[in-house]
Amino acid sequence: MTTTTTELTGGGAAPEAAPTAARQRRSGGLGSYLLVRFLLIFPTIFILVTTVFVLMRLTGDPITAAQGGRLPAEELARRVAEAGYDRPILVQYWEYLGQLVRGDFGTAISDGREISDMLTSFGAATLELAFYALVVAFVVGIPLGRLAAYLRDRWPDAVLRVFAILCYATPVFFAGLLLKLVFAVNLGWLPVAGRASTGAEIQLQQQDGSTGIYLIDALTLGDGEVIQDVLEHAVLPAVALGLLTAGVFLRLVRTNVIGTLGSGYVEAARSRGVSERRLLRKHAYRPALIPIVTVIGLQIALLLGGAVLTETTFEWKGLGFQLVEYLQARDFVAVQGIVVLAAVIVALVNFVVDVVAALIDPRVRY
Amino acid sequence: MATSITAVDAPGDLPAAGRRPRGWRGLPVIRQLRQSVGLQRGMLVAGLILTGIFLLTALFAPLLAPYEFNQLRDAAGSFGAQQAPSSEHWLGTTVGGYDVLSRVIWGTRTALYVIVAAVLMSIVIGVLLGLVAGYFGGWLDRVLVVVADAIYAFPSLLLAIVVGIVLNGGESSLRGGIMAAALSITVIFVPQYLRVVRAETVRIKAEAYVESARVIGASNWRIMTRHVFRNATRTLPLIVTLNASEAILTLAGLGFLGFGIEPTAAAEWGYDLQKALSDVTSGIWWTSLFPGLAIVLVVMGLTLVGESLNDLADPRLRTRRRGPATPADVAETSVVPGSPAADSSDLDHGKGSL
Repeated sequence: MTTTTTELTGGGAAPEAAPTAARQRRSGGLGSYLLVRFLLIFPTIFILVTTVFVLMRLTGDPITAAQGGRLPAEELARRVAEAGYDRPILVQYWEYLGQLVRGDFGTAISDGREISDMLTSFGAATLELAFYALVVAFVVGIPLGRLAAYLRDRWPDAVLRVFAILCYATPVFFAGLLLKLVFAVNLGWLPVAGRASTGAEIQLQQQDGSTGIYLIDALTLGDGEVIQDVLEHAVLPAVALGLLTAGVFLRLVRTNVIGTLGSGYVEAARSRGVSERRLLRKHAYRPALIPIVTVIGLQIALLLGGAVLTETTFEWKGLGFQLVEYLQARDFVAVQGIVVLAAVIVALVNFVVDVVAALIDPRVRY
Repeated sequence: MATSITAVDAPGDLPAAGRRPRGWRGLPVIRQLRQSVGLQRGMLVAGLILTGIFLLTALFAPLLAPYEFNQLRDAAGSFGAQQAPSSEHWLGTTVGGYDVLSRVIWGTRTALYVIVAAVLMSIVIGVLLGLVAGYFGGWLDRVLVVVADAIYAFPSLLLAIVVGIVLNGGESSLRGGIMAAALSITVIFVPQYLRVVRAETVRIKAEAYVESARVIGASNWRIMTRHVFRNATRTLPLIVTLNASEAILTLAGLGFLGFGIEPTAAAEWGYDLQKALSDVTSGIWWTSLFPGLAIVLVVMGLTLVGESLNDLADPRLRTRRRGPATPADVAETSVVPGSPAADSSDLDHGKGSL
């Protein structure tokens, strides 16, 4: 265990203890780290956009994919030529990149909607769901992880670890189905599906300056019943999606608290007579939370993927729900738009997470 | 990161092979089983049992399943749709009129095929790329790492959907469906293997024995295959078990979204769950509960094995046997800096973790 000592003391106290020269080098390091990290966003998005574009086009042009077989051949060829899909693929790629830079995602083939318009309106619903799920994940995962670490190798720890694995092992849509079956169908406590009841939904959408995030809209509306309705609809999807991430958090907090509890400075504090409870709360717990920040970046990807499944399960009309609709219509222009948006979100979130991690933890900058 | 390096260096920096227990006792899982105690052993054993049941079910599916996965009628006539569990159909029938129990049992085969295909393909591609990237470095290394990072950070399900669109253009046969699912999953896994193997390769490249091999005049290929490969892939069994469970979840997710394999071609749990979605609202529970439970149990079994192996590999997490233990094992098993498999989603965050 001596091995961990060097590492951990280096983490917490190093910046203050380090000589001035070293500190200056570090602050320079932060600036250039952030710059490099910022610049890295672009290749990331570029790679994903290119990958998606190439993959999508391997199968042919979107119009043939969407309407092939339903239209006579000449009509199809005319439409393909009209949309410019008969030009060389590189020309189309270049044009596509140009459009993306301008924020123009094109028009959906199936329903003729502006894709950027579709993304913002349905994105709000997905954002709301992801937020609820993260709240559930934090509230469930972190305290339980701490508890499991504290009671390490005793039966509550075993139960909690199995619970964490269960969270991870249950597909979100199965968790959703079960929750629906028990709480919505059998017990009838909560609504089966949707983001709000029809009446409330109309009220929310007719409101001036509606954000599309129902909770915020309901709060500005100030109608207690609508707020309750919106929250009731959110419970099951949020729990289904949140538990997935909660399992990851639980495991991570447990592992890290155990790691810090065994570290040199905790040992030192223990030898000074600090109580076990205080050791856990003041010394071991806080530094163990830092990795949560870094992992959130990856959780966003998991949440987005999980949101697609959760939204389908609960008919939560967000991007994931819409994605499945477009997939069934074989509208690959719209699908591409959603996937590219996900790429941008992931790249941005990971950037923010890395910046926060660098600010908290000086070792990351190297 | 200092942790594991010092841990590795501590007992004299020998390539651990000399000290490893010989014979069957040295086999990957058995060695960990012998090493484990108490709760950890319980979890590992539980995982192994679940995984064993899964494998046996897949192997003996034709004997265990009362009907074919695509059977709609028997001598007594049509099964009927959404029949509640009875003596004839222990777990009832689906909305499409299939026997639920049979489809759950046959589903293990589909899952196993996909796991094997996906993991094999990812290992071959990922290990090769990782070795090349780590060994030669330079611009190729940078490009591969940036691409791998970009893909790794991306929602795997969305990526799988895109790949599924490409491959699944009308294909829903057993082989086509399985390959589509497996390839989709491969695209997600390759970056993980690449990163792990690359990190190890970079470390091993600096070891004295690689240097000596080079001095003797061994070719790059020989050093890569003989010296680096064997050492860089030691942690893979662990990632494989964790990835196998992820493969099942991705397969089920794809099936749930309608990229599954047609019910006439094979039984696939995700597909069945999608079909059961509307049943739930009318209170029909057996069509969704059992395929879902099958997924949960298999994923749980694999995850328990993977997690236990991981904990045993990490000296900070391993429960010690009381009395004189053999500390040498620590160095053998925990090799990857930052213990990348501490969580499957923690792979490239070894840099900042803890």
